[in-house]
Amino acid sequence: MTSTAVVDAPARTGSTRTPRLPSTLQVGLSRGMIELKQFFRQKDAVIFTFAFPAFLTFMLGTIYDEPAHGTDVTMSQIFAAGMIAYGILSTAFISMGVGISVDREDGTLKRLRGTPVTAGAYFIGKIILVAVAAIAETVLLLAVGVLLFDVELPTDPARWLTFAWLLPLSIVSCTLLGIAASSLARSAKSAPAVLNLPAIGLQFISGIFVHIAALPDAMVQVAAFFPVKWMGQGFRSVFLPDSMAAQEAAGAWEHGMTALVLGAWCVIGLVLCLVTFRWTERRTR
Amino acid sequence: MTVISARGLRKTYGANVAVDGIDLTVARGEVFALLGPNGAGKTTTVEILEGHRQRDGGEVKVLGEDPGTAGRAWRAKLGIVLQTATDAAELTVRETVRHFAKYYPSPRDPDEVIDVCGLAEKAGARVRSLSGGQRRRVDVALGIIGRPELLFLDEPTTGFDPEARRQFWSLIRRLANEGTTILLTTHYLDEAEALAGRLAVVARGRLIAEGTPQTIGGRSTVAATVTWRDSNGEHREETSDPVEFVAKLTARGDRTMSDLRVHSPSLEDIYLDLIGERV
Repeated sequence: MTSTAVVDAPARTGSTRTPRLPSTLQVGLSRGMIELKQFFRQKDAVIFTFAFPAFLTFMLGTIYDEPAHGTDVTMSQIFAAGMIAYGILSTAFISMGVGISVDREDGTLKRLRGTPVTAGAYFIGKIILVAVAAIAETVLLLAVGVLLFDVELPTDPARWLTFAWLLPLSIVSCTLLGIAASSLARSAKSAPAVLNLPAIGLQFISGIFVHIAALPDAMVQVAAFFPVKWMGQGFRSVFLPDSMAAQEAAGAWEHGMTALVLGAWCVIGLVLCLVTFRWTERRTR
Repeated sequence: MTVISARGLRKTYGANVAVDGIDLTVARGEVFALLGPNGAGKTTTVEILEGHRQRDGGEVKVLGEDPGTAGRAWRAKLGIVLQTATDAAELTVRETVRHFAKYYPSPRDPDEVIDVCGLAEKAGARVRSLSGGQRRRVDVALGIIGRPELLFLDEPTTGFDPEARRQFWSLIRRLANEGTTILLTTHYLDEAEALAGRLAVVARGRLIAEGTPQTIGGRSTVAATVTWRDSNGEHREETSDPVEFVAKLTARGDRTMSDLRVHSPSLEDIYLDLIGERV
């Protein structure tokens, strides 16, 4: 420690000027930058997070490359479109749930709790991180679909409009559910296992890893209560020809229902967050 | 002016009483040390004062507010140096300190804080790459960046080498000289003696002694022990006035006398007596 430097004096109560606390938004944006830096510097984690959904798309698309029954659209293209739902679930729900468990365990949250930072500012930071990661993942998956499986990017503005509401609703609902689910994990070590089980299960019953037309009706009915089925269906409606709507559970794209279910999950997720979020580990209370 | 006041502080975990009626008063500008064996209730007490834990009973005021309900403006006046944290591993020291400065209404200059904490050479290094002692200095830097009126240090020098501890002590003294009130927990008695103006010993959730490093546990009035050796063998005498006693002893002119020693109880002796009596 240098002896020349001088630390200026601490603030005293009763001083004439009392500067205002930085706003939640200001601190939240700053936290977003810090979150992004921390995330993208963990190279192995970044590569795994991004590559895994792309890898699955590549594998499934290569194995099932014949046209779907009675159509000229290949199974690869169907998987490529639906897998965007998995990409978002993986970056938003799993990364968020695991990330918060890690923050709770390594002292990040405890340290923040001892500062004027609000929970809102912390979540703004997380949402910035997840939004950037989920959009990057979506771009990557689209690139795989377009380059390897001849998925055609739509030219109809109406489809991009669908994409424009579907993407944020998907990211926000998965993020909020990830925050809520982080409370279920007892430690950062168990978090990936705890979160992956429901996530992978939903991929199967929601027609992401398996073509939805091939699933038993009962399974799809269960899946219809959760966001993933609607996300997959929504992304297929953006990137597949309208003739493919006949293959969906209801024989239609059901945009209204999709928006309604995802919107409802945003609300449920927010309520669960507010009820379950803890600054510290359960055992230290 | 009182910065911390606690009356009858209590905290239980199930059947286990961690804090069992602690009274504590710390005035502005004081460096106050809490000593005690592991599991004595030091950390629980401090975490209640920091607002990290809810108490089960008692009255507490820290900087004029109840830590259980105080808000952001109150937190902005505190600095908390955590006992264990491994966060911010991928950020550099400078990035971390600058980022934390943005949380506070009137922070210190980040580069100055980095310098004062002895981290200038490591400013560009990732926190992950730091040694344990350097990592603790980052914790201290983050604790003081907001220009706190009250700084909590929970076992701040655990794992430091002797040189790093001395450097750390001089930093704490400087902060204290500038008027920062400091509450320190430690199980190093030399650390408490070097830094604290007042200290208290906690055992089994209770405060069993309180005073200055010179007076705690009756240290200033406890008898000194004089030992020596002569032709009759070894001798040992307790006396409240060792100077007088030694003067008389040497006046005898006994040529066979050797190995004359005067032993005043160290803070460690007093502390071990205190702990031994009660545990």
